[in-house]
Amino acid sequence: MSEKKFSKKHEWVSLNGEVATVGITKHATEMLGDIVFVEVPDAGKAVEKEGQAAVVESTKAASDVYSPISGEITEGNKAIADDPGSVNTDPEGASWFFKLKIKDKGEFDSLMSKDEYDKFCKENPS
Amino acid sequence: MEVQKTALYNYHKNLGAKFVPFAGYEMPIQYKDGIVKEHISTRTHAGFFDVSHMGQFFLEGDETLTLALEKIIPADLKNLKVNHSKYSFLLNNDGGIIDDLIITKTEKGFCIILNAACKENDIKQISQFLTKNHKYLLNNDLSLIALQGPKSVEILEKLIPGVANLKFMTGNSFVYEGEKLYVTRSGYTGEDGFEISISNKNVEKLIDYLISNNVKPIGLGARDTLRLEAGLCLYGHDLNEKINPVEANLKWAIAKIRKEVGGFNGWEKIKNLLANGSEKIRVGIKPDGKVIARENTKIFSSDNNEIGYVTSGTFGPSVNAPVAMGYVKSEFSKIGTSIQLEVRGKKYGGKISELPFYKKSYVK
Repeated sequence: MSEKKFSKKHEWVSLNGEVATVGITKHATEMLGDIVFVEVPDAGKAVEKEGQAAVVESTKAASDVYSPISGEITEGNKAIADDPGSVNTDPEGASWFFKLKIKDKGEFDSLMSKDEYDKFCKENPS
Repeated sequence: MEVQKTALYNYHKNLGAKFVPFAGYEMPIQYKDGIVKEHISTRTHAGFFDVSHMGQFFLEGDETLTLALEKIIPADLKNLKVNHSKYSFLLNNDGGIIDDLIITKTEKGFCIILNAACKENDIKQISQFLTKNHKYLLNNDLSLIALQGPKSVEILEKLIPGVANLKFMTGNSFVYEGEKLYVTRSGYTGEDGFEISISNKNVEKLIDYLISNNVKPIGLGARDTLRLEAGLCLYGHDLNEKINPVEANLKWAIAKIRKEVGGFNGWEKIKNLLANGSEKIRVGIKPDGKVIARENTKIFSSDNNEIGYVTSGTFGPSVNAPVAMGYVKSEFSKIGTSIQLEVRGKKYGGKISELPFYKKSYVK
C-alpha cells in the first residue's frame, strides 16, 4: 500500500514508486464549501515544491492548489474538471487532482503524517 | 466603529452559521447546509434571510415631503399609492447612483429600505432636502426578515392571514403576536416571497415558526447566487456613484413622467443619455465552459480589444453554469455577442446573455 502524507496547505500526497498522486484534503473541502470549478495541469508541466499547480473554486472564492512536492506532471484528473462537485464527495479518493513524477523523495518524507496533519488542523482552525 | 450584530445573532449561531463582516455587521455567509443547498431549497421550497442590517428609514410629512424626495429619487412619488412600492435610487448631481432602494408609500409618508453599507450616508444626502416640517427615523428596533421561495405564501398565510392577497411590490399592516407589523410582497431572489418588518422582540418567534415549517436559514452566500441568477444588482459591485441608471440598464426604474419633466439630481445628464445612449452598459454574461468570471475580470472582444469588466460573477446553482454581470462598451452589448474573459491570465470564451439567467416567478 502506498504511503500518504499531508501539507500545511491542505494537500495530500500518496507515493507509489516514483509517481506521486496529489489532491486536496477533506478538511480543505469543508473550508472551501461547494466546489464548482477545477483546473488541473497538463502532462509535461514542471512544478516546484509549493508552486501553484491547479485551481479550485467554490461558490465563495477561487483558491490555488499547490504541489507539495517537485516534479513533472504525468496526468491531470480531467474527470474532476468535468464534475467539480465530485471533489466534495470523494476528495481523498477518486477526486485526486494530478499525478507527477517526483525528483526528490526527501521532499515527500518531510511532509506531515495523518496524525500530525490532524493535529495541525486542530491547532490552526480557520 | 464597533462591529454590529442583528437581533438574531445568537439564533444564527445556534443554527450553525459561519459569520463574515459585512457592511459593519457580523452576518451569516452560510449555515451547515452550504451555499448550493441553501440556494436550491429557496428555489424549490422556501428560505428565510435576516436582512435586518438594511436600513428601515421612515419619513413623515405633507406633500412638501414628496416634493423634497423627488429631488433625489427619480420615482413618481406624487402618484404612488399608499402601500405600493417602487424600486428606485438616490442620485447625485451627476446622475450617479448613491444607493438603490425600495420606497413604499405609507399613510403618513414613506418608508425606504436602504443598503446597510450606505444607510448613514443616504440619510445625510436625503436630509439635505428635508425641512423642519418633515420627521424622519432610522428604526433600529425593527428586524427585517425576507421569506423567499414558492412555498412562502402558503407558509406565511397560515401565520398571518391576508398576506396571500398582496400583489408583487405592494404591502400592508398585519397583526402578529399583538404587534402591528408591515409585510411587503417583494424580495431579492427572483422568487415569490415577502419582506416582514417586525420588532426585535418578536422576531425569534417568527423564525421559530418558519423553521417548524421546514424553511431553511439562508446566508449572504446564497443570497448572492440567487440575486445574480435573477439579474438583480448588488450595490457597491454592479452599481456605484460613478454609474448612472442608463449605464446600469435600469432606465425602466425612472418613472416616465420624471424622464420627461425632470426636476431630480442629474436629470440633464440622464436626459441626454436617454436620448443618445451611454458609452457602456450593464449586461449579463455567460462563460462558455465552467470557468467563473468573478468581479474585476477583464472583458475582451473576439478580436482582443478590451471592452469592459465583470462586476459580479459566480456559479449559478439553478442555471447549473457560471453566470456574471458586467459593463461593456454599448456596441458589444447585443445578446449573443461573443466575448473573451481573462481569468488568471488566460482568455476564455463567453457570450453576452439575456437577463435574468433564471426566470422570475413574481405574483402580479
